[in-house]
Amino acid sequence: MATTSAGIHPAGSPAIASARQEESRIARAFREAVIVALLVAALSFFFIGVRTDIAPGGLDIRMRWEAWFTAIAIGFFGRLLLNLFVFGRDWGVGSRAGAARGRLTEAVPNLGKWMLRTFFVFAALLPFIAMYLFPGRDRQLIDVSILIMTYVMLGWGLNIVVGLAGLLDLGYVAFYAVGAYSFALLSTYYDFIGFWTALPLAGLLAALWGMVLGFPVLRLRGDYLAIVTLAFGEIIRVVLLNWYEFTGGPNGISGIPKPTFFGLEFGRGEGSFSDFFGIPYSPIHRFVYLYYIIFLLALVTYVVTIRLRSLPIGRAWEALREDEIACRSLGINTRNTKLTAFAIGAMFGGFAGSFFATRQGFVSPESFTFMESAIILAIVVLGGLGSQIGIVLASIVMIGGIEALRNLGFLTYIFGPDFDPAQYRMLLFGMAMVVIMVWKPRGFVSTREPTVALKEKKRIGADLVAQGEGH
Amino acid sequence: MVAEASVVSAGASVPRWEDDPVLTVEHLTMRFGGLLAVRDLSFSVGRGDITALIGPNGAGKTTVFNCVTGFYKPTEGRIAMRHGPGKQEALVEEVTASGLRWKKEGNQGVFLLERMPDYEISHRAGVARTFQNIRLFGGMTVLENLLVAQHNRLVVASGFTVGGIFGLPSYRRAESEAVDKAVHWLKQTNLLERADDPAGDLPYGQQRRLEIARAMCTDPHLLCLDEPAAGLNPRESQELNELLQSIREQGTSVLLIEHDMGVVMEISDHIIVLDYGVKIADGDAESVRTDPKVIAAYLGVEDEEDLDVPEVLEDVIEAVGEDAITDLAPEPMQDPSATAGEAAGSSEGISKKGGAA
Repeated sequence: MATTSAGIHPAGSPAIASARQEESRIARAFREAVIVALLVAALSFFFIGVRTDIAPGGLDIRMRWEAWFTAIAIGFFGRLLLNLFVFGRDWGVGSRAGAARGRLTEAVPNLGKWMLRTFFVFAALLPFIAMYLFPGRDRQLIDVSILIMTYVMLGWGLNIVVGLAGLLDLGYVAFYAVGAYSFALLSTYYDFIGFWTALPLAGLLAALWGMVLGFPVLRLRGDYLAIVTLAFGEIIRVVLLNWYEFTGGPNGISGIPKPTFFGLEFGRGEGSFSDFFGIPYSPIHRFVYLYYIIFLLALVTYVVTIRLRSLPIGRAWEALREDEIACRSLGINTRNTKLTAFAIGAMFGGFAGSFFATRQGFVSPESFTFMESAIILAIVVLGGLGSQIGIVLASIVMIGGIEALRNLGFLTYIFGPDFDPAQYRMLLFGMAMVVIMVWKPRGFVSTREPTVALKEKKRIGADLVAQGEGH
Repeated sequence: MVAEASVVSAGASVPRWEDDPVLTVEHLTMRFGGLLAVRDLSFSVGRGDITALIGPNGAGKTTVFNCVTGFYKPTEGRIAMRHGPGKQEALVEEVTASGLRWKKEGNQGVFLLERMPDYEISHRAGVARTFQNIRLFGGMTVLENLLVAQHNRLVVASGFTVGGIFGLPSYRRAESEAVDKAVHWLKQTNLLERADDPAGDLPYGQQRRLEIARAMCTDPHLLCLDEPAAGLNPRESQELNELLQSIREQGTSVLLIEHDMGVVMEISDHIIVLDYGVKIADGDAESVRTDPKVIAAYLGVEDEEDLDVPEVLEDVIEAVGEDAITDLAPEPMQDPSATAGEAAGSSEGISKKGGAA
């Protein structure tokens, strides 16, 4: 908590000086607000102030003065208020929350552990909670939970590469795509392959492609590493899009089989899940089952990553993030270490991709754009590099947040019936991200827990932990 | 060669480092584009010795270090590391001719370091190093730093990770042994109470000691230290001397680059002096400190007056002894290579050193 230490006021300073300080602070706030207002005026004149309409015989320019002045006013007062109440203070935005959390951690020593357990129990019972409490909307809730859980798993997978090994990977969606297409193609070309057979194969293929990506980027650092991984993600997508004979190109692949429960399908009639257990058919069963599959997959990812972290390979990943040259001087083969990080991270991406294919029943290259990579990376960064529980929080905020913003119907009461909240979804979402990054620059959980201790494990502050290549 | 002359003048027949070397560097040349950093350098590091590589700034000491530890590929030359006693000349020639990187026979082994990548030099040949600007894993605890150093053994014990994921007892045993070894070196370096603190939080002197402890956790045959006493106060350098001597007693040979003459002269069994990438002296502390070429390289001048940094002069006088300088002053330089231009260069080097210290 770097900001906490700044929270001490210089005691006993003369009242006059502080009054003058206060005055100049207000003056400065006004001055800066005016500058911002001028900037907004200049920038938004064409974007907001001018509107073109189709008129007979060409375009007609119409001025929207009210909209322009509104934008300027928002800029002016926004900056003024920020200056007066946020920036000017010598306490950081996060310090009070940080101090509060510090007190809380003192009061409840194993807070993190208990939070984790509560999360786990809640996640394990979630479909039943949803069915019991919200009988009308249970399908929608479980669907969103499945989505969040998928991103949690992807975040944990990417966390191995970015958070632990410190290798910035902007093309992670490629492995998601490899996993999804592996299952889709295998099930198209070979009838006997179902979800459970395809799952390990998809993971293996994705791991293989992780190594294929790993080799060319072994010696790259920083921005170069980021660019090549970004290009790799695009290459996979473009190949899927253009190899029409094999992948179906932009049409994608449909009719991907649904997962079965030990051979029992989720449908009506003979030999189905409901028939076998003698319960009345309900379409929700399939969703609950899908939820438990991704829950299980995510759990495996979690346990394996936690285990890996305290094994030599995991420590080597973290050491690689801290200092690659020192690693080599200690006899660590950095090539293999990087490749295992890429391969294992990619493998979990492949598992998740295969699950995505079976859930949708349809895959097409459109699902694997750079935007997906960016969202997964944003989850990892927002959660705190290297932190498992942080990624869960970030997924809930990001994915759950986007979904929750779809239900902004109440805003029409404020802004009138013409207001379409769905249009402002991304704007609100972007603002929320900016606020979170200002409040917690190193993510929700920025401290690092040591993997081994002689006496007691002391968490390591974010200022000491390196971020690796490309940050 | 001056080196041989000085050895002969010291009265020894064949010095120990020629008889039982752990490392020999032969005709090492390192060229960076047009710059010749090291030129045809040959020396030996004796088994169980503390060997110091000294010389003015820019003499090529760190370049030699980087060649030995594989961070640079030398342009020419052979660097042979030996496990087991004796010169093993036959084995060295056999490996050189065969195109292999190394060969082990029983307790003997020869490793040609110029052919090996850096991580293999640490892992196979048993050469560990520290860095001039400390390179610790700052966000990891002191104990974790020492466990990372034991990576290769632990990876094998964890069944290449597969066994470790399932928590096999053999791995858990190996890990607790690794912790025991780490604790041993933490006690040696007096860092035991800091074991659970992040390495980046330690004060400078402790970070230096931790880097040595980390290097020792790789079980090296040869420990290479790049300016271990830089930035230490007198008490800390005294502790460093004791630590290095205890490392030698535990059977590890030490090769160090050092500017602190107090450290060098007190603990070194063998000193090699470089200037402008060329060896100018080689011998025990006594023979090196009286070697006129060394004094010329370090002082760069014939008179004391020209030294404008008094504390450096004091350092040098303390190190080489007052007699040597006054002896030298009246008579002209014996070696024509120590010309005025070179002398000016080395005096600049030495005053830079004074500034840094």
